[in-house]
Amino acid sequence: MRLSLPLKLVLGAALLVLYAPIAVLIAFSFNAGRRVSVWQGFSFDWYVRAANDARLIEAFGNSLTIAAIATVISTLLGTATAIALWRFSFRGKSVLFGLLGVPVVVPEICLGVALLIVFARTGLMTALPYPASLLPIALAHVAFAFPFVAIVVRARLAGFDPRLIEASRDLGAGEWATLTRVLLPLLRPAMVAGALLAFTLSLDDFVITFFTTGPGTTTFPVLVYSMVRFSVTPEINAASTVLIAVTLALAALAYKFQKPST
Amino acid sequence: MNENWRKHRGAFASLLGPGLAMLAFAIVVPMALMLALSFSEQRGLTQVAFTGTLASYARALEPLYLGVVAQSVWISLATTIATLAIAYPVALAIALAPPKRRDLLLLLVVLPFWTNLLVRTYALIIVLSPTGLLYTPVAVVLSLVYVSLPFAVLPLYAQLERLDRRLLEASRDLGASAWTTFRRVMLPLTAPGLAAAAVLVFVPTLGSFLQSDLLGGAGTQMIGNVIERQFKSANDWPFGSALSFLLVYATAGVVALASLARAKRR
Repeated sequence: MRLSLPLKLVLGAALLVLYAPIAVLIAFSFNAGRRVSVWQGFSFDWYVRAANDARLIEAFGNSLTIAAIATVISTLLGTATAIALWRFSFRGKSVLFGLLGVPVVVPEICLGVALLIVFARTGLMTALPYPASLLPIALAHVAFAFPFVAIVVRARLAGFDPRLIEASRDLGAGEWATLTRVLLPLLRPAMVAGALLAFTLSLDDFVITFFTTGPGTTTFPVLVYSMVRFSVTPEINAASTVLIAVTLALAALAYKFQKPST
Repeated sequence: MNENWRKHRGAFASLLGPGLAMLAFAIVVPMALMLALSFSEQRGLTQVAFTGTLASYARALEPLYLGVVAQSVWISLATTIATLAIAYPVALAIALAPPKRRDLLLLLVVLPFWTNLLVRTYALIIVLSPTGLLYTPVAVVLSLVYVSLPFAVLPLYAQLERLDRRLLEASRDLGASAWTTFRRVMLPLTAPGLAAAAVLVFVPTLGSFLQSDLLGGAGTQMIGNVIERQFKSANDWPFGSALSFLLVYATAGVVALASLARAKRR
């Protein structure tokens, strides 16, 4: 069978529809006027304005901080969990697998409100002063991001030769030395890919963050949400374009690291 | 490896403990609290009493909320059908493309998924605003199809790429028309991929609230919007929790049905 013309057309049209809105969004970030659908000339005004918008910069910084914390914790937790699942047989292993799947299967909004209940009841949402108040949000992100890291690392472990561990032990290495000098170096590509995945998931998250942020703390997606609801200006386009560039760079990195392990 | 954990208690505990603690703190405890709340009564602004009442679940059966459920299901079904109708030919086109080009085409389909969901939704608002479709259920379905497409293309591509093309050729050689070949050979053979794609689109769509919130206008409400309101403005946490659990059950039901159908097929 060959690729017939109608199929090619559908593929082309689908790609066009997927990219057209993003292209329009980027194009209007350079609009001279206030409108986001009428072209009024080229300018960098909205980038300048976005760069001087304290709220926007703070939200962007918050998003990056949360993503960084969530990535470090997710990578450590996900890797440790994957190694434990690979190395040991124990009762309740299938229950654990099921629990790891919960953040993947359960609707995000349900997890979001469930976390809201805990955060509000324990006072985690309002008790902490500003920079510390990012920590609970980061922990909420870890909850849905670390299972993804565990899945990526587990996939890499599947092709791992257990005799390397035995050799390491026979040569007198203890638990720690075997872990840090044999296992972790071999898992590095999967850990980097998992970390980048966790970073993107955290940076992208709206729903969980929306429900777990207290008053006075905002992240980039949550700020865009309120901006879209109240006043749409090309400033959002400019900020979005910057975020798209950051995410694309990360996606490219993740792709590069993922490749040798497959 | 299948080591006995009793022989390496220290390593076992330090490897598994942190992950378990995280799951307990962020999944088990919150879900359990939400379950308890769904059987509780709201008394005053912040006071909630656990009474084992089913009132919140009964309230979900009121005509107003049944209407919201019906609209959510209707929007999710329309989204699923439209997404599959687009994703199938797209996945087929990629599967039939020269092997060298397939990876690039797949990447092109998946790449928008890496852009922030809010950014993509906002981009759609810009594009849809001159059409007059904004703030209608149609805009909600369109935006949901837009964000769901990569989820449908991937499983369909995986299935179509493995499809034995000789079966299609045999069907054509035996005199079947292209349509009959599609309907009687290709469709049954790719049914598992279609089912997987349908679940991957339907489940997140049923639980979505952002698209109906930003593009739906006053007339379009999904379950997610009602849940959000109970926690953010209406302040009826027991009712919000009950709705949330009903959504979890619906999701689990769809996933279970799909895996049952898969098991039957084998």
